Amino acid sequence: MAGPGESEIAGLIRPGRVHRRVYADPAIFDLEMERIFARAWIYVGHESQVKAPGDYLRTRIGRRPMVMTRHQDGSIQVIHNQCAHRGAMVVAKDSGNARQFECCYHGWTYATDGRLIHVPRRHGYPAHFDPDDPGTAMVAAARVASYRGFVFASLAADGPSLADFLGPMTTSFDDMVDRAPDGEIEVAGGVFKHAYDGNWKLYLENLCDAAHPVFVHRSSIDAARAQDDAAHSTGAGEIAVRQMRQNGAPHDFWREQVGIWTYPGGHAFLGDYHDDDKLVAASGDPLFAEYLVALQARKGAAEAKRIMEVTRWNSNVYPNLSFMSQFRQLRVVHPVAVDRTEVYTYAFRLKGAPARMFEDTIAFANVTNGTGSPVLTDDLETYGRIGAGVTSAGAEWIEIGRGYQTDRPDGKGGVAGIDSTSEVYIRNMYDAWLGYMAAP
Amino acid sequence: MSRPAPDEIAGFLVAEARLLDERRWEDWLALFAEDGWYWVPLEEGQENPRESVSLIYDDRRLLETRIRRLAEAALHAQTPASRTSRIVANATVEEEGAGEVTVRAKFEMVESRHDRRRVFAGTTWHRLARSGETFRIRWKRVDLVDCDAVHDGISVPF
Repeated sequence: MAGPGESEIAGLIRPGRVHRRVYADPAIFDLEMERIFARAWIYVGHESQVKAPGDYLRTRIGRRPMVMTRHQDGSIQVIHNQCAHRGAMVVAKDSGNARQFECCYHGWTYATDGRLIHVPRRHGYPAHFDPDDPGTAMVAAARVASYRGFVFASLAADGPSLADFLGPMTTSFDDMVDRAPDGEIEVAGGVFKHAYDGNWKLYLENLCDAAHPVFVHRSSIDAARAQDDAAHSTGAGEIAVRQMRQNGAPHDFWREQVGIWTYPGGHAFLGDYHDDDKLVAASGDPLFAEYLVALQARKGAAEAKRIMEVTRWNSNVYPNLSFMSQFRQLRVVHPVAVDRTEVYTYAFRLKGAPARMFEDTIAFANVTNGTGSPVLTDDLETYGRIGAGVTSAGAEWIEIGRGYQTDRPDGKGGVAGIDSTSEVYIRNMYDAWLGYMAAP
Repeated sequence: MSRPAPDEIAGFLVAEARLLDERRWEDWLALFAEDGWYWVPLEEGQENPRESVSLIYDDRRLLETRIRRLAEAALHAQTPASRTSRIVANATVEEEGAGEVTVRAKFEMVESRHDRRRVFAGTTWHRLARSGETFRIRWKRVDLVDCDAVHDGISVPF
């Protein structure tokens, strides 16, 4: 059966509304994998995860398992984790180092750029079999590009350059990297892999949602507020409890002091909502003061001041990435099925910063991205309840209209919400969604 | 302290598992020392909880907040609450000194919630200090066999 047609797709989006089918219909999901995930630039990893020739990391583009490698010539390659012979998955470990990849089934062997370099017992194959045919390979993504160490791949040979795709969002990556006194960051400290029974789009829709914390996170906000700070902490619990309390910032604060900005392509970032002097721009924290000295020493006082004045919370790069510089966190969304999503999260170390700062990064990762976090578990529950809710007919049109009449140009080619609780960033994602989905 | 009898250690672990199964969170928290900590590593053989992420790493302050949250009315992730059934076994004393023992044991926990059943299993490590007729937990480490796998949210301590 053919998938939904273009007019049918366009009919799913109305001003400030979206039809529940986009979260529930497997045919829509299949089309998203073809038209969004096989066309857009998809974040696949960070260069620090493949430092040396032969280093590799398993990753994904939509549902397609890929391997990001550092090829022998130093270039970064992104290749399909599938043998061209009988289709077996070739690379079985999440990461490692290899001179070449050998399939376990009949020994077909590939270079780290995916080229087939050895076929044992060649005599048995038919006369037209050509191991030098570029199609007989672990097929490489059509395009690979990186911005300041963040690697993206696209399965489409044509389309906007990565720089054009990112647009003004490059400034959020700049913010992430500029904060390193030595000008370099690296992935460190392990990866969370959490999952929920709901659609992939729900995840980015929540990460810039300033209106949800006081409801979704009520339990951890109240529990943290009642916490006696005299109780023993190694430092980890202190970070966690402070962050839980911040989620309870009063509504006026979200409205008056936090902004939301959106850009073409479905991207957006949320302003910072923290006034806790230990968590961000931590003027009261000796460790942060030590860091600031290191930053000033390497960058100069004026540049260090400029860097510190960039105060963003989550930056979303549609369709599969969200990251934040202040605690060096990054999340990658992996769609599995229309009602199943996995998210991998990573932390970054700032080179040249005091070593102990990374302990705070880890403590922060545990409370915001941890599979056992008292905060994240309430988000995952909410995604699951939406996943269950949208399967039934009845309320057909989902409301994404908060702030709709008050969206305004930001002067940099984007659209800002009137305040951080606007759903402008969701409407912006659906503009991008329609652009991909309505193009055959 | 003199080495506790095997029955006494096994009895302590069984009693602890019962507190957790019966969701007597405050009573479970009371087993921990004032500077106690609770750790569920994310990686096999993880060396420390400070430089690498963990499924759970709670110092005393965070453990208190976690336990207090489990009694909150607006606890979405536990509405409805999980029901759990734990078996603890194979306890051995691995180390003793300074009036304390380190106990290694095996556990399996079945969790039921929202018509779904999950099984968790692994090795527990307890550092126990004598406290009158019983023990206090100086620290507890739980090594899940699938610590680094993809998991849905984990709300109930092991």
